[in-house]
Amino acid sequence: MMTNRIVNHPVLGKLEERKVIQFTFDGKQFSGCEGDTVASALWANGVKKLRVHEESGQPRGLYCNIGHCFECRVTVNGQPGVRACLTKIEENMVIESGKQLPTPLKTKGPGDHLPRTYAEYATKAETSEEENSRA
Amino acid sequence: MHDVLIIGAGPAGLAAAIACREWELNVLVIDEFPQPGGRLLGQLHQEPSGRWWNGIDEARNLLDKANDLDTKIRCGVSAYHIEKVDHGFKVHTNQGVYEATNLLIATGAAESAVPIPGWTLPGVISIGAAQVMTNVYRVRVGHKGIIVGVNVLSVAIARELQLAGVEVHSMALPALNLVNEEHGHPKKVMDRLLPIAHLAPSAWVRLGRYFARGTWARNLAVRFYPRQGVKIWGIPIHLRKAVTKINGNDQVESVTVCDITPDGDLIPGTEQTISVDFVCIAGGLYPLAELAAVLGCPFRYIEELGGYVPVHNEQMETPLDGLFVAGNITGIENAKVARAQGTLAGLSIVKRMGQVTGELEEMIDDAKERVQREREEAIIQFHPGIQQGRIKMEAVYKKICTT
Repeated sequence: MMTNRIVNHPVLGKLEERKVIQFTFDGKQFSGCEGDTVASALWANGVKKLRVHEESGQPRGLYCNIGHCFECRVTVNGQPGVRACLTKIEENMVIESGKQLPTPLKTKGPGDHLPRTYAEYATKAETSEEENSRA
Repeated sequence: MHDVLIIGAGPAGLAAAIACREWELNVLVIDEFPQPGGRLLGQLHQEPSGRWWNGIDEARNLLDKANDLDTKIRCGVSAYHIEKVDHGFKVHTNQGVYEATNLLIATGAAESAVPIPGWTLPGVISIGAAQVMTNVYRVRVGHKGIIVGVNVLSVAIARELQLAGVEVHSMALPALNLVNEEHGHPKKVMDRLLPIAHLAPSAWVRLGRYFARGTWARNLAVRFYPRQGVKIWGIPIHLRKAVTKINGNDQVESVTVCDITPDGDLIPGTEQTISVDFVCIAGGLYPLAELAAVLGCPFRYIEELGGYVPVHNEQMETPLDGLFVAGNITGIENAKVARAQGTLAGLSIVKRMGQVTGELEEMIDDAKERVQREREEAIIQFHPGIQQGRIKMEAVYKKICTT
């Protein structure tokens, strides 16, 4: 089902028949046309979310469509970090969305009170100095 | 080893390749996009003569010519580093290292970001992305959307979306914040719109244009800008409304729009939610010049040219021996100028390869004139001061190369 295809265009004319290509995205079967990129084929199928932010898990999708912004990176046939907007779809291509990654340095645990930046370090050092002098 | 390696298969790169092949140089053109044509692909507008400028056809014409001359063009090749070596250049790409005696960087332009809250949601795309999606891939970007950012490019693409049957609810400014001053201030936006005012059947914009030299008149036009916007091709263009945020869970569902003062400040209590399924962000273009910077080419910031540009002369030479630039990397102009610059750059490379004939000199002079003529005849100028920008750059080049 490709509901978003512009078949008739008043200036560019009628869209010529093109070979249909099957691929999967996160295990789901989709079809696109020859000449489509991963990004255009998915958008034609109504799929806009291509990945989540690696740390926060917030949704992300295509932005610039010409390879500049790197927002549309997905995993193609096992290769991660591929730009969906520059990659042509091929028959039986296996595409996976970008996933959230673990953040081992952000654990809620015994190390959480430790400073992470020089600014935090300076503030903490100052506070403990004040506490010491008061004591 | 190639005589010349060209990075970018857009109007500038292809025209240069054709010029070099006509003099039988060994040329390789690379581009990271899956097909050649650069940003010609997607362009679609009606010229005053009534003729449609279809970038896809223009790209095909260039490509046919290049193919007739057996030009090697490789797509899907991304250049990420360049070294200057004794005999020329080593270009590092995802497909290996290419070596060439001369290098032409014709990487074009990129879109400036205009961040507003919610802009990372899927369904928010740059205005150029919408153009490519619509005219190259023939995919509708949505059913109803809003364009954030009013400039020459976004007004033209709004029309293209409309032609493809996509409803553009309206165009408005981004809410002012630290980084989008240029695009969120109604008076500044009005100044940039003056050169395209003749396309708008509105006395308001014309008023601003007529008194372009008088700040007071422009201020008046902004102050009394109609609340319902000024319509171009039926699309309301708002200079006194700003999009404050884009809302949605997994993708765009709506935008929040707020009235603004002539200085761009939000007017509390005027917020309105408009449901849309896509948003286009338009922050204008800047020269995409990192590869020239990697090589150590000197740069200058020239506002009229669109930002930081590699220093170059009228013949498209940079101060680095064997390095040439052409197209939007040298300043933001239309595709016809880029194509003419490409031809000129190609001929300059032929000259550097040792050709000394009266015919070549004549061709170079013609090519220079052609660039100038295309510039003067441009219907839409991205920056009204482009000519002054070019003069500034020529002076910078002379200064650098004589000291």
